[in-house]
Amino acid sequence: MAGAMPMHEITERTAAIVDGYLHVEGPLLPILHDVQATFGHVPDAAVEKIADLLNLSRAEVHGVKSFYHDFQTSPAGHHVLKVCRAEACQAVGGDALGDAIQKALGLDWHETSADGTVTLEPVYCLGLCSCAPAVMLDGELRGRLKPRDAEALAAEVRR
Amino acid sequence: MSLIQETDYGTPVAVSDKTVTVTIDGSQVSVPEGTSVMRASMEAGIKVPKLCATDMVDAFGSCRLCLVEIEGKRGTPASCTTPVEEGMVVHTQTGRLKDLRRGVMELYISDHPLDCLTCAANGDCELQDMAGAVGLRDVRYGYEGDGHVQARQNGEANPLYKPKDESNPYFTYDPSKCIVCSRCVRACEEVQGTFALTIEGRGFDSRVSAGMSETFLASECVSCGACVQACPTATLQEKSVIDIGQPEHSVVTTCAYCGVGCSFKAEMRGEELVRMVPYKDGKANRGHSCVKGRFAYGYASHSDRILNPMIRENISDPWKEVSWDEALAFAAGRLRTIEDTYGKQANGVITSSRCTNEETYLVQKLARAVFGNNNTDTCARVCHSPTGYGLGQAFGTSAGTQDFDSVEQSDVVLVIGANPTDGHPVFASRLKKRLRQGAELIVIDPRRIDLVKSPHVKAAHHLPLRPGTNVAIVTAMAHVIVTEGLFDEAFIRERCDWDEFQDYVEFVSHERNSPEAVELLTGVQPQTVREAARLFARGGNGAIYYGLGVTEHSQGSTTVIGIANLAMLTGNIGRPGVGVNPLRGQNNVQGSCDMGSFPHELPGYRHVEGAEVRNIFETAWGVSISDEPGLRIPNMLDAAVEGTFKGLYVQGEDILQSDPDTKHVSAGLAAMDCVIVHDLFLNETSHYAHVFLPGSTFLEKDGTFTNAERRINRVRKVLSPRNGYADWEVTQLLANALGAEWDYTHPSQIMAEIAATTPSFANVTYELLDEQGSVQWPCNDEMPNGSPIMHTDGFVRGKGRFIRTDYVATDEKTGPRFPLLLTTGRILSQYNVGAQTRRTANSVWHEEDLLEIHPHDAELRGLKDGDWVKLASRSGETSLRATVSDRVSPGVVYTTFHHPDTQANVITTDYSDWATNCPEYKVTAVQVSQSNGPSDWQTEYNSFASKSRRIEAAE
Repeated sequence: MAGAMPMHEITERTAAIVDGYLHVEGPLLPILHDVQATFGHVPDAAVEKIADLLNLSRAEVHGVKSFYHDFQTSPAGHHVLKVCRAEACQAVGGDALGDAIQKALGLDWHETSADGTVTLEPVYCLGLCSCAPAVMLDGELRGRLKPRDAEALAAEVRR
Repeated sequence: MSLIQETDYGTPVAVSDKTVTVTIDGSQVSVPEGTSVMRASMEAGIKVPKLCATDMVDAFGSCRLCLVEIEGKRGTPASCTTPVEEGMVVHTQTGRLKDLRRGVMELYISDHPLDCLTCAANGDCELQDMAGAVGLRDVRYGYEGDGHVQARQNGEANPLYKPKDESNPYFTYDPSKCIVCSRCVRACEEVQGTFALTIEGRGFDSRVSAGMSETFLASECVSCGACVQACPTATLQEKSVIDIGQPEHSVVTTCAYCGVGCSFKAEMRGEELVRMVPYKDGKANRGHSCVKGRFAYGYASHSDRILNPMIRENISDPWKEVSWDEALAFAAGRLRTIEDTYGKQANGVITSSRCTNEETYLVQKLARAVFGNNNTDTCARVCHSPTGYGLGQAFGTSAGTQDFDSVEQSDVVLVIGANPTDGHPVFASRLKKRLRQGAELIVIDPRRIDLVKSPHVKAAHHLPLRPGTNVAIVTAMAHVIVTEGLFDEAFIRERCDWDEFQDYVEFVSHERNSPEAVELLTGVQPQTVREAARLFARGGNGAIYYGLGVTEHSQGSTTVIGIANLAMLTGNIGRPGVGVNPLRGQNNVQGSCDMGSFPHELPGYRHVEGAEVRNIFETAWGVSISDEPGLRIPNMLDAAVEGTFKGLYVQGEDILQSDPDTKHVSAGLAAMDCVIVHDLFLNETSHYAHVFLPGSTFLEKDGTFTNAERRINRVRKVLSPRNGYADWEVTQLLANALGAEWDYTHPSQIMAEIAATTPSFANVTYELLDEQGSVQWPCNDEMPNGSPIMHTDGFVRGKGRFIRTDYVATDEKTGPRFPLLLTTGRILSQYNVGAQTRRTANSVWHEEDLLEIHPHDAELRGLKDGDWVKLASRSGETSLRATVSDRVSPGVVYTTFHHPDTQANVITTDYSDWATNCPEYKVTAVQVSQSNGPSDWQTEYNSFASKSRRIEAAE
């Protein structure tokens, strides 16, 4: 896990990522994506390194990073389950689905299980309103779920 | 007197040749093209409600309160982001707009605390004003929902609530009051240029964050106060306003710190200073400030201030508080005895670059008219005397050629031996703004200063030269410009002496001056020098800014001449955006030089040998003036050691701490019979004094300061002097105790005398200054409103003069015993010897002087960050803590001189500039080694200092 990664390795690998984007106009977002993909989150040390190399202030990079929920501050679980909490899903039982999933995983929103297997995130619209209520597990969409499907989802991520 | 309210036009001024006429609420108004509808309205006297707009920063269009209706346009555009168009018809108040604005305000207020009565911004809150302006009467959403305000009706904890950040000593950040208008973030970016703030999160989670969700103190924040000034609510609020309340009147005055000379409104409640707010009409600072001028005025009421005169028979005695009469009689008696015993030449004065022009003028007059000699010198001796000499030789005047506005038109800026972000922060912000617009930067400095690389600023070239080789590098740049044919021949033919130029070409073209040949001396890659020279010569408007890193060398004057040569070679003199600009260290160092503080010059830089000039003053003063130049500070000290110089009146300068070779200074002072220190505090020099006359602060007197742009700014009295007298009155009392019979009742009378005797000040009066705000000398019949830019139609001396600049290595050389070069500088939060700033909360940023040392040199000596080290030179040794940093090159170490405990000047030598005796502070060969703590000298000195500060209990 990235959490155990030594500081110099974070800064070195971040520097290598930044280096690949220096020719790009507006390189900050693609760099943050790559850093997130590399470490599973965007460590503070990476933010400072990016700021230094792009000649930005660390406040600026922090502002951009914190605007996007997908750039996380601490490492996410092995699996990431995103549950839609927006209007269309709520209209067809999204709240009940959300409650059932929280209960099945024993997690609150934004929490990661103690063993690091799964992170539960609320999202506001997955663009799958026609198949509401919807969730996304590790980038894969699932639609028309019922509260009773929560246990199966929980079992799937624990496998 | 009332509180000065400055008009906020909402968006910055637009500059255009074209004028556009629009109709706003039935009134016609003509404004420059590019002006916003909001600003045009304000010009017509119509206030459009607004929250996120303010004229210090660009329009943002986020608060949706400034919406207007424009005939023929759909919807309700934001007036701040909509530029005017010819013939536009704008309505700022319609039924539709009223409903929209009230709706927007309802949303704002639904998530804002309703503690207006107990809020520190009560009476100075734009949110409150706007609620009134839009007629907000109730909030339909209630206050029970999600919110950032702690008060939750049901008693639950609120995860959205963040407590106040009180880490900064001068202001607080209260997130619960924030309306996320981004004015603070934009002020930090656009005005200050630090980029320390951001809005973190999104939507309802958005809030202001310093750094990466850090406290303000831990972030990159430099505490300039721009965000506090921009904040429309109490979110960012001065602690002094929280403590005291809102001010009721204000007076415009001038900051007493660095040579930028910022204008401030001193906002008062009765005789209590509530806050200092930078004044937008101030022509040097244009509404900006730094941590010193904005916040660090607490020294004026510090308990260390001495408010009663004191005397003592011997310097080993404790001080005795006495009446003014007794102190003055004692001082006058001693000075008279000295004169009778040792002759007229045995007394002298040192004028202060921190006091006003009028005060300085009186002090030099005291020497010339009352002591009857020219023994007057000033601290400019130890900083910018080479500027006076060098620019005087080349151009004919001893001052910078531009105003600060000029930087807005520069294309290439060359910074030599200056660290503006620390030393001249408000100018640095203006420079950085220009750099962000695309101007190029070249930095010549042994140390990687912040300008070399900081957010959104990057120098095109950094020439990290070895300390002491300025002349070599500047001449090498000239070599490139001449040999590659990059010089401006038309300019030189028209404006300069062509024969002297030919001689200079012959000298500078020689191979020994090429970048390749001098690399061994300077340590700078020749290719970098060549590229920098080409950029400066061909990059458009080239401006040179330099500081004490140029002057405080054995060849300081030569480097100044070299800089003047560079400017003349490239035709960069006499118009906006170019020029040679010394960044003056102290608030009135320019003024103290103008006022005749030097031993060889009467006011206006006129040599005392000139009978005509002497005659002017002899007539005005009714005395005869000696035609013999007097003693410079180092000569006074030498003469004291020899026993021929015995009496010294020092106004507002701490020569023991600020002058080089401390041991020599203390020996000189100790040999005198009468040292009169006139200061706010018992400074280090006062340990050797027999008379202490308490001084007044800039808040307690009227007068003028002249800044680095030659701008004469008014200083206005806002408090009664706590010590009883303004400094000019004290000098007058001393003169009169010696029988002078001066009868000035106001500094304006002293200015009238200066104007009558000094051509460059001929038309300066207090009335003119009140009317114009400030003027830049020369101000005479030819230039009745002053001269923002000099040498516009030819040099003051006639033809510009090229002078050869041979490099001569300093005698201060490294060797086996002292292998490193020490150079010195300053830091943002502290000022000079720290007498003022150390007595304010600024010390949280800089508690002690640190020695910067390169990791390589540190490792060789087994030193770690934070270790105590011994710093030794041929002159002496001291100890301080080390900080390991690659800002300095290997072989170079760096420290500041703000703290008397460090006594960095115990280390510096008595080598000095060949022309002006300006000490060589910037180069000392040293050795650094491990240490356990303070040196013997420091321990001894501390016990001596505390003994000297004893004051006898009143009987």
